[in-house]
Amino acid sequence: MNAATGGAEAAAGAGEYLTFRLGQEEYGIDILKVQEIRGYEPPTRISGAPHFIKGVTNLRGTIVPIVDMRLRLGCEQAQYDSFTVVIVLNLRERVVGIVVDSVSDVLELAPAQMRPAPDVDSSIDAQCIRGLGAVGERMLILLDIERLMAGSDMGLAADA
Amino acid sequence: MTDIQQGGAGMDFDLSQFYQIFFEEAAENLDQMEQMLLGLDPHAAADEDLNGIFRCAHSIKGGAATFGFSDVAELTHHMESLLDRLRRHELQLVPRMVDVLLESADASRGLLARHQAGGQGEAPSTRELVRSISELAAGGGAAVAAPPVPAPAPAVAPPPAPASVAPAPAPAAAGAAPGERALELHVGPLAQPAAADAIKELFRDIPGLGSIADLTDDRAGMRRFAVRTSSSDDDLLDLLMFHVAREQVAIVPAGASAAAAAPAEPERGAAAEAPVPVEEAYGFFSGAPGMPAAAPAPAAPAPERAAASRPAADAGRGAAAASSSMESTTIRVAVSKVDQLINLVGELVITQAMLAQNSRDLDSGLHQQLLAGLADLDRNTRDLQESVMSIRMIPMSTVFNRFPRMLRDLAAKLGKKVDFVTQGEATELDKSLVEKITDPLTHLVRNSCDHGIEMPAERLAAGKRESGTLSLSASHQGGSIVIEVRDDGKGLSREKILKKARERGMDVSDAMPDSEVWNLILAPGFSTAEVVTDVSGRGVGMDVVKKNITALGGSIEIDSAEGYGMRVAVRLPLTLAIMDGMSLGVGEEVYILPLSSVVESFQINPQEVNTVAQGSQLVKVREEYMPVVSLERIFQVPRPEGSVSSNIMVVVEADGSRVAVLVDELLGQHQVVVKNLESNYRKVPNVSGATILGDGAVALILDTAALVRRARH
Repeated sequence: MNAATGGAEAAAGAGEYLTFRLGQEEYGIDILKVQEIRGYEPPTRISGAPHFIKGVTNLRGTIVPIVDMRLRLGCEQAQYDSFTVVIVLNLRERVVGIVVDSVSDVLELAPAQMRPAPDVDSSIDAQCIRGLGAVGERMLILLDIERLMAGSDMGLAADA
Repeated sequence: MTDIQQGGAGMDFDLSQFYQIFFEEAAENLDQMEQMLLGLDPHAAADEDLNGIFRCAHSIKGGAATFGFSDVAELTHHMESLLDRLRRHELQLVPRMVDVLLESADASRGLLARHQAGGQGEAPSTRELVRSISELAAGGGAAVAAPPVPAPAPAVAPPPAPASVAPAPAPAAAGAAPGERALELHVGPLAQPAAADAIKELFRDIPGLGSIADLTDDRAGMRRFAVRTSSSDDDLLDLLMFHVAREQVAIVPAGASAAAAAPAEPERGAAAEAPVPVEEAYGFFSGAPGMPAAAPAPAAPAPERAAASRPAADAGRGAAAASSSMESTTIRVAVSKVDQLINLVGELVITQAMLAQNSRDLDSGLHQQLLAGLADLDRNTRDLQESVMSIRMIPMSTVFNRFPRMLRDLAAKLGKKVDFVTQGEATELDKSLVEKITDPLTHLVRNSCDHGIEMPAERLAAGKRESGTLSLSASHQGGSIVIEVRDDGKGLSREKILKKARERGMDVSDAMPDSEVWNLILAPGFSTAEVVTDVSGRGVGMDVVKKNITALGGSIEIDSAEGYGMRVAVRLPLTLAIMDGMSLGVGEEVYILPLSSVVESFQINPQEVNTVAQGSQLVKVREEYMPVVSLERIFQVPRPEGSVSSNIMVVVEADGSRVAVLVDELLGQHQVVVKNLESNYRKVPNVSGATILGDGAVALILDTAALVRRARH
């Protein structure tokens, strides 16, 4: 238990990541947070929700909110097409779906491939970026998806 | 057992995983004890009941001691001592004892709750109670018992002394000082005599347990120890059970030979002590080896004692057997697992509905088998859903059982005499509803006792029986359950209510029908009680009761005749998980309205809607102006260009007021499975939940109370 925690700290977020694309950018999220990947179906709109929450959908009997990652991260709005997928995340007690352009692959990042997050001005809280991952020519933006989804501007239920 | 023997050096394996089980069992035992105490007839207490109560206290004490909740263990230990003397007829039961025992049960509950919450806060003091119990326990007997010694920390107290164990003086009953006793401990035969060394370590590890020293024993595999301890034999045996099987241990007073094992204190015959709590022990240990399946006959107690206590023991054994057979027909399952099952079945129902919808256009000649299969699926899913839903149903008795005690205390406090009658305890209701209905019902019952039933003198003067009758009944009526609280007290006074209503500036008239007058008492702040007591009568109550019941989708009906009594009927849906809904179309979206709140629906001409200040609208329906709630506006429903505006009104009622909801179309009525939006998302204004439609899409369920509030303010 202690060894595992310590090891994870030393590696500063090294581990397996699911990568997905939003426009030209490639992102990675901790694979352990991912429950499943589904095709996109139009959700039921909820009035008064933040604009990046597309609504709620039925996931085998559970009502799950759907977040458009493009809108969440301030990218331009995308057309939904046949590649558009929903990554269903299991964050602590909550299940949330995020809409992304496409899912690429699962990569294992070694500590040596991790770079600290650059201090740039962006629409996301810098705390929600764990760092950058270099894989050959590719550069992944590694998101702390749990923190991103728990942000107060998300309008999701207050986090326990 | 072998595991423990080998790793037996320490007692430090983690017991906390059993805490929850212990708390649940203890709560059950307390409930059972309370019920039996209430059922006791002080003049002719049945041995069986006394034994039952004793067993409950005993089980709690044993568990509490095992888990180190020494305050609970101590209190229950004292209760047990008193009960023990009672069941052995050394003391005569007096009503005061029942009171003290009930109070102690409450105190134990409080102590347990504190432990369950992690032991925070100050522990309520039980010294006063302990003193009362000790006094009572001492009072009746010829031989005054010395104050019993509290069980030492992790000692399990209970069950049967096997044949080989000769009864030794136990501190509670012994005339001797409750100090240390000198004992001999015979262990064996053991395959590995070294295992017995763990026993010595026990004495080293547990402070206050006493001292132990080796004695020589010539027999193969046998060990003997000289022990000085203040613990009872039972406690010792239970401790030893962690290391050696119970049958292999014999405790004899120092100096007595093991073979003779002559009882030193026949007064405390094993017959009374031994066989009773066998099966009752604590569920999670009862399977442990070393626990004899049936207690062997006690070793030669004094004959007259044995004769007296044998029926008690038999009765105890019978009850224990009955309860153990009941246990085997039920299982304890986490509610979350049941909920998950219900969810999955709900999903299955939706999938089935989808299949049914898609197969409707198939040619019945070509696809005969497929269609027949689908019809079977339809029937099976429905049956399955029904069975699964029934898992969550629990009998009303769980609610009703708390009232006898409450009424007993209340009536005593008010100086009234009340007979309590319940009917239909077996009527089943969804667990979540049962939890929520308890408070409102408690309030109604208190009200009836406080305001309804008169003082005994008053009743006699009115030509009624001295003691009033309060009855609580539950029954199924159609798709709902009706719970009635009925009393034969003074009833409601029409004049008083009307007078009070006028004083409060309410709009009332003398021509109002009775039913409307009675409903006035449900208005906020309304109370006709002449005196405000600490029981009820502050006028905050009936309106809260009504609000809570309405929130559950239920309704209240009051019926009364002055001088003859009053009846309050609460009508509730059977479950909160399924609801009759009316689906409405607005733009391209679908919303669900709880059918229970729908009054009527009709089409209107736009001219009939009057706009008043700040853009709010009113519609005139049969001489009544009603606020209009436009779903399109509230939910900002996007409307495709060129489509017509809504012109269908659905009148809904909540909290006693009505509003007209403006929609595009009425899509139909169906049962909907209510889903929680908050678990993954958050509370949405004007929406009480969500459901899944036949096509798999999510539809929001409207919160009528919120809509009404919104329109009225």
